[in-house]
Amino acid sequence: MELRQKLEILADAAKYDASCASSGAGRKDSRGSAGVGSTGGAGICHSYAPDGRCISLLKVLLTNACLYDCHYCINRRSSNVRRAQFTPAEVVQLTLDFYKRNYIEGLFLSSGIIRSADYTMELVIEVARQLREEHQFRGYIHLKTIPEASPALIERAGHYADRISINIELPTQAGLAKLAPEKNLARTQAAMGHIRSKIDERRAEARPSAGPQPPPFATGQSTQMLVGADDSNDAVILRRADTLYGNYRLRRVYYSGFSPIPEPSALLPVKPPPLVREHRLYQADWLLRFYGFKVDEIVSEAVPDLDLQLDPKLAWALRNRATFPVDINRGPRELLLRVPGLGVRNVERILSARRHTRLRLADLIRLRVPMKKVLPFILAADHSPVRLGLDADSLRARFLPPPQQVELDFSAPPPPVGEITSVHTGEL
Amino acid sequence: MRTVIIQPGFESWRTRARELLGQRMHPDELLWSDAAHEPGLFDPANETVSAGPLPTVPAAFLDLARRVAVHRDARRWDLLYRVLWRLTHGGQPNLLAIASDREVRQLHQWERAVGRDIHKMHAFLRFRQVGHDASTGREQFVAWFEPEHQILRLAAGFFVRRFAGLDWSILTPQECAHWDGVALHYTPGVSRSVAPEGDALDDLWRTYYRSIFNPARLKVRAMQAEMPRKYWKNLPEARLIAGLVAQSGDRVERMLQAPARPARPAPKNSYLRSLRERNEPPPAAGDAP
Repeated sequence: MELRQKLEILADAAKYDASCASSGAGRKDSRGSAGVGSTGGAGICHSYAPDGRCISLLKVLLTNACLYDCHYCINRRSSNVRRAQFTPAEVVQLTLDFYKRNYIEGLFLSSGIIRSADYTMELVIEVARQLREEHQFRGYIHLKTIPEASPALIERAGHYADRISINIELPTQAGLAKLAPEKNLARTQAAMGHIRSKIDERRAEARPSAGPQPPPFATGQSTQMLVGADDSNDAVILRRADTLYGNYRLRRVYYSGFSPIPEPSALLPVKPPPLVREHRLYQADWLLRFYGFKVDEIVSEAVPDLDLQLDPKLAWALRNRATFPVDINRGPRELLLRVPGLGVRNVERILSARRHTRLRLADLIRLRVPMKKVLPFILAADHSPVRLGLDADSLRARFLPPPQQVELDFSAPPPPVGEITSVHTGEL
Repeated sequence: MRTVIIQPGFESWRTRARELLGQRMHPDELLWSDAAHEPGLFDPANETVSAGPLPTVPAAFLDLARRVAVHRDARRWDLLYRVLWRLTHGGQPNLLAIASDREVRQLHQWERAVGRDIHKMHAFLRFRQVGHDASTGREQFVAWFEPEHQILRLAAGFFVRRFAGLDWSILTPQECAHWDGVALHYTPGVSRSVAPEGDALDDLWRTYYRSIFNPARLKVRAMQAEMPRKYWKNLPEARLIAGLVAQSGDRVERMLQAPARPARPAPKNSYLRSLRERNEPPPAAGDAP
């Protein structure tokens, strides 16, 4: 098969993985070597596809042949999709050729599982080994690892990669048992625990100025959860994410709204979830990581799903009106972070400026704070909200978008690539 | 009112600003202009006036000024001096902490525009291979880019760190940068016709771009927010966009109409068997396949 055809099949097969981050790697570069490549600092999106997703890495599968039968996946063994397999040398050459033209930041390599987890893992590692050792490639490498692979192989993968990841896919074992019978939640989390301990070791040893050389182990791990393929509600999804951040110290959990695939499985819903659900999950995820929220404040037993019409911070504020108004000239950081419309960066600016001046509404306008959103919730030197407005039941109605626009409202999404454009894209 | 004409550049502005501060010249008494706008009036002798020591300013101001200095807006010299004046003579040494101040905000806006321009250059510049150096064996690449501001020198270090092992040139209308593995040097700008049109790999890259796109998640507005049309003419993949958008509806419809496929029994494979054994409690007799 021609290389072009392989690329077509194996990129198509990889596109359901949302992660494309190339940030958070250790600082290294190509100076003093005969090769190319640098990492460190914010990642770069070298292009965008019409699906709005960043194209940062050459994201391909080594092969889309697979022994597993995960029903949400186009590459499962029951699918009749065309199969192809790259040789490691072909992926190495493509990565280098694309990189030198500045199309990409590096490689994100995953694979269907052939023969066994270890056999597949060795092929994946071989690509990274050739890039690093034979071509002195210092660009970004993200390797998808298989939880069932032997720990020694996972360690080798982490040795060559900047990031490694294992997809958790579904938040519950029951969901996996039904839709991904070969996968197992406990094994996946055990493998994540192993990776975490290796990352912690590396961090303990790392010197501040490591120089242009690659660090001895990946700097982070991430995962992906599918949304809408099983019947898990948002509370289940967010609790799982919270566990992964807390216990396994993941850099990122990606939420991937299940979208229709060619070769659909009989076991799956025909209608995909609205894209806005995925968007709300990302917003909630940001609240957990950067805004000091706890899962139980965002979702509850009684209301386990996020409000699709309002962002979760605004929804929280409307449920907790007694907390407001917050005085922007005196309120503590934790409370300012809870004001709808104030993002992390603007909170920092407000804290810094108010040490030297009393802030008025005109100041907030200059900081590009969305005024309509914040006004009911704040006090400023020249503003106090009408109490009636804050207490009125009509307040929620004021923030609702016209019903027919709900699924189209992506004006300020924290994209799945949020990490790349920094924390601030996720501001609420 | 005094007219101050400088060479457009941070160092030149800094030299004059020092001297004017030393003379306690209030910003309202000055009319800044740069030689790029008034080539006939620039007097090089003015550049060499020995300047007094710069009063202490926050390091953050100098970093900010270095970036703002490459912005296109002709008012930048005046505004930089105004903020400098307020920091040193206006009794507002903490001025930069007030991001909501009108003038500070304007400087930050210019700085952000410059930062964005640099970032987009790092992202959307495309190298085209033009050959090999027979004597060194190094591959040679050339890129064309049209930055909005005079950012080439601020942006070039990234390409040195990333592509140290290649020989490359970046051509822009204002200035060109060249790297040979040892040193970076600059030459005057050129016209686009000097730059290579494409690269043999562009076709394979377009194959990738087409294949990684998911038609079931069309979000054209999100794409354009990050990759505005003005960059498209230099991106080999951009010519595919209209077609991909137009076909996406039909492609999704075909997926939704596709007949659902039943699960296929597992093949005989010792690894799968071992997985099943790990997944399930010890099977009762006769349970195993």
